[in-house]
Amino acid sequence: MSKPAQWDSVRASEIVMRERHWDGPALPILHALQEEFGYIHEEALPLVASALNLSRAEVHGILTFYHDFKWQPGGAHTLKICRAEACQSMGGAELADALLKRQSVMWGETTADGRLTIEAVYCLGLCACAPAALYDGEPVGRLCADTLDELVTEARGR
Amino acid sequence: MTRVFISQDAASLSLGSKRILARLENAAAEAGLALEIVRTGSRGLFWLEPLIEVETAEGRIAYGPLKTSDIDSLLAAGFLAGGEHPSRIGRLEDVAYLTRQARLIFARCGVTDPKSVADYEAHGGLRGLRRALALEPVEIVDEIKLSGLRGRGGAGFPTGIKWNTVLNAEADRKYVVCNADEGDSGSFADRMLMEGDPFTLIEGMAIAGLAVGATKGYLYIRSEYPHAYRAMNAAIEAATQAGILGSSILGSGRAFTLETRLGAGAYICGEETSLLESLEGKRGTVRAKPPLPALKGLFGKPTIVNNVLSFASVPWILEHGHEAYARYGMGRSMGTLPVQLAGNVKRGGLLELAFGVTLREVIEGFGGGTHSGRPIRAVQVGGPLGAYFPEHMLDIPMDYEAFAAAKGMLGHGGVVVFDDTVDLAVQARFAFEFCAAESCGKCTPCRVGAVRGVEVIDRIVAGIEREKNVALLDDLCQLMTDASLCAMGGLTPVPVTSALTHFPEDFDKAPHLPAAAE
Repeated sequence: MSKPAQWDSVRASEIVMRERHWDGPALPILHALQEEFGYIHEEALPLVASALNLSRAEVHGILTFYHDFKWQPGGAHTLKICRAEACQSMGGAELADALLKRQSVMWGETTADGRLTIEAVYCLGLCACAPAALYDGEPVGRLCADTLDELVTEARGR
Repeated sequence: MTRVFISQDAASLSLGSKRILARLENAAAEAGLALEIVRTGSRGLFWLEPLIEVETAEGRIAYGPLKTSDIDSLLAAGFLAGGEHPSRIGRLEDVAYLTRQARLIFARCGVTDPKSVADYEAHGGLRGLRRALALEPVEIVDEIKLSGLRGRGGAGFPTGIKWNTVLNAEADRKYVVCNADEGDSGSFADRMLMEGDPFTLIEGMAIAGLAVGATKGYLYIRSEYPHAYRAMNAAIEAATQAGILGSSILGSGRAFTLETRLGAGAYICGEETSLLESLEGKRGTVRAKPPLPALKGLFGKPTIVNNVLSFASVPWILEHGHEAYARYGMGRSMGTLPVQLAGNVKRGGLLELAFGVTLREVIEGFGGGTHSGRPIRAVQVGGPLGAYFPEHMLDIPMDYEAFAAAKGMLGHGGVVVFDDTVDLAVQARFAFEFCAAESCGKCTPCRVGAVRGVEVIDRIVAGIEREKNVALLDDLCQLMTDASLCAMGGLTPVPVTSALTHFPEDFDKAPHLPAAAE
């Protein structure tokens, strides 16, 4: 996963202009902004609003409706752990709870060193290989405490 | 040059198939062996993965499940010529798990190269589309109607009738939309097909376009499926290059183009009207029906919205005819259902079966019982809004009507097995919690009901005014069922009431307490 760029309103405007040609352009624009910067900076709101002829409130409404879009930059690495039923049936909830406790974070939070964000996700379609997670976009199946520890060590360097 | 097949499906990757491939490529290079590596999708036999297949004179010989450390011994055993090795399975086509299936939709998945149009065509692809190009739109629609195909997304609505409505709607523009927002836990067939055989979906959507006079299609794929999204984009590009999509489908002079859109983590966008709102670039809130999307759908135009598997069934039906398709299945559930067997089960995977097989046959016959080896206690079918069935009800046949009669639903065909360590009060609470997190917020029964549901279950489990709160829970479930705008709020009571009906003991563990003083 490449490191997100620093917020830059000129670059953001370019992205908005590049993506506005789609039918129903709001999601493609927001995805592209988040891909570039790792989150949606509040200064992006008026940019998107004026490009789409929407009010800022409407863009705020769209942004906050979807779980994917973030207001804050995340950690250097992201671990998305599935919390849905198939993973529960294989002890996923207990594994995840223990990990959150060990890392002293809640769902959606980043470790104090800024290295790892742990997010909840509801189903990755890896249900026959449960419990499952995505680590920086790479699928990991048949999770166990050891694999989770390895991932954390890789992310946090210890 | 020896051809070697290895799945790069997301589930296969999650089990280490990328590392296996890298190790194999290195070892082959060191030994000076020339390999032609074909990156396929998965056949869906996940307990045998990571898996490598080697092309030999006797067919494709499979080896699995593999660890990276097996590669050296495989090479030493001459596995490139089909040599003996402890992990040698033989031909997958001879494995009972596959021979007992009816793979119509998934015939090519895991077999072909998902990036190659030529491979697709060599394995029977495009025959359905070619036939459709020779038919009148109404003949295509009739073919689908008579096949008995019902929407595989969960609701089971007859696909042909939906198409007929769109065909007969007068408009300057119509759309074909594929719902690939496969959010149900336990479901992965859409993902597997998009990654393993995306051209089947493209062909099905193009046929739908021809059937109703739509020239533009959209595929709404959830963001939790980055691999499927990339695979579909690559396949659309390849299909466009090959003239399957574009201004003249296979040189016919008739147009159909496709675009993908990425969801953004909202479960509700799997509901068709919410999906349309999201495609239009809005909050994914549910629309009231009527008007039906078939009449006023995307951007207010008549729109076919179907699930991935519904579209993917279409090429087979067009190629072989409606009678051949309707020979599979039972009652009013015709054709095949890709069952996805998941959770706490020994042999999880994809089972494309004619409707009518019992749940027990799926879980015990194919699945081999629980992964943990403990007794099966509950099985949830049809995703987070599906019922929890106890072990003694596993003889229900996989059939839309039989499941409805048992107060459940087949949904998208996901089956999640739980062993005897499951607490159904926890699962029921989770159903409400999930609904509260994922409700679009438009209607009160769902938005508020889900939150109240969590609170009521907490009181029941704590033993506080138990009878009164159980009655309240019943009342709440009834209200959500009757008054919610869509299936999210309307079906959240299904897992809750099934848990309460079949597993009452899980809700009654605490000593009974009177109401807390205010």
